[in-house]
Amino acid sequence: MNFDWLRPPPGGRTPPQEILLPVKTRYIALTLVSALVLDLFALPGALQQIRPDFIALTLIYWVVYHPRRVGFLPAWFLGLIMDVADGSLFGQHALAYAVLMYLAILLHRRIVMFGMRHQIVHVAAILIASQLIMLGVRLMAGADFPGVLYFAPSLVGAAIWPLLFNVIRVPLRPRSHPDAV
Amino acid sequence: MEYSPPPFFKRGPSLLTRFTFFSILSVVLLVADARFNYLQVLRQTIAAVVYPLQRLSSVPGSLIVRVGEFFVTQSQLQRENEQLRRQELLNTGAMQVGKSLESENQHLRQLLGLRERLPREFIAAEILYSHRDPFTRRVVVDKGFQHGVKAGQAVVDEAGVVGQVTRVFAWVSEVTLVTDKEQAVPIQSVRSGLRGVTFGIGYDGTLELRFMPVNADIQNGDLLVTSGIDGTYPPGLPVAVVSNIERNAAYAFARITCTPTAGVTSFSQVLVVSTADQVPERPTTDDEPGPKGRKAKK
Repeated sequence: MNFDWLRPPPGGRTPPQEILLPVKTRYIALTLVSALVLDLFALPGALQQIRPDFIALTLIYWVVYHPRRVGFLPAWFLGLIMDVADGSLFGQHALAYAVLMYLAILLHRRIVMFGMRHQIVHVAAILIASQLIMLGVRLMAGADFPGVLYFAPSLVGAAIWPLLFNVIRVPLRPRSHPDAV
Repeated sequence: MEYSPPPFFKRGPSLLTRFTFFSILSVVLLVADARFNYLQVLRQTIAAVVYPLQRLSSVPGSLIVRVGEFFVTQSQLQRENEQLRRQELLNTGAMQVGKSLESENQHLRQLLGLRERLPREFIAAEILYSHRDPFTRRVVVDKGFQHGVKAGQAVVDEAGVVGQVTRVFAWVSEVTLVTDKEQAVPIQSVRSGLRGVTFGIGYDGTLELRFMPVNADIQNGDLLVTSGIDGTYPPGLPVAVVSNIERNAAYAFARITCTPTAGVTSFSQVLVVSTADQVPERPTTDDEPGPKGRKAKK
């Protein structure tokens, strides 16, 4: 089989590898709690339906760029918190986040090699996979399929991936330019 | 793609092991919650921890609303005030009639030897937000068991039944709307006195009156009120208006669609009605649980 299409695009397209400051555990916790607050934020009806899952996005970021810093346990507990906040079945988000972590860890070496546009596709795939898990759980529990708009949060989430990428990195960038003497 | 570091780097259990462990843990929780309804205590505990965060996250939104309210114009307030005064006058009139009817009713019930109806109590509550879970139709209100709300109580607004309290936390509670899938309300038609049960459809904001024979005495525009048979909803609260009837002799039942009278999606203030009149003990059937357990399970 030919796996050429999996290879990162030649030259220039990948984001420049930045040298970042060491990441403190406190900072990771802060981003995850902020993501939780963003997820809990009450929005008017229509906007709520397309709100991306910030926790999932933040988890993907940390797993992809700092795979040793965030493990399954915090992700799983965040899933439980989301289950309570959402009033969904207990363990539904937890299971979805476990799948998300698995896919993100599995793909992290590949994702960092791609440019932003290709990263978006990967992130969308991971988010949709985790939503499919939740959909499957609820369908088994007797709910109806809520419509195609159900997947909108994943697509919106993937679309804001570059923004999230840059926002999380702001405090990690060194104050002075690395090349400056 | 295989993820296996060289064995001389200690990295704990492999990815697949960890994934399997947490997946099984989640599935166990799912089954315990969905099938056996355990884990209420765990849910309550996490909810108590999350509550401050939830309040914190709603601060910017409510701030915007407050600032908006501050800039309401004088004339708008005046108009609203006038309208409310007029409404109040009408309500007072209706209430006076109602009071005399109530005493008369009580008197007649005594004469007839019927059980007296217990007075209802209301808890005013405000809707905080509608639920994020896209599979259900629920809202969260700002009163919990600290304020005396109990699971199973009916929730009404000024126009009719909104839903039922299905989950109670310390300071908030979840209300399942009548339009939620499989949310059942026992009703009675005001015009014909016909009894039935409405079910929410789920995907659009309508109700369905199921299991009505094709020749049932139901017309478009019939008002359906709660019948009070279930002992959950107090009798006489408006639920829905019949909006469409399809009578097809090929099917055993007519297909009857109703529109809820309460503004099921557009309200902000609601009343939680304390438990309805006491009902006699239900007959115990050991062999078959029957459909009555359904609502309690929700």
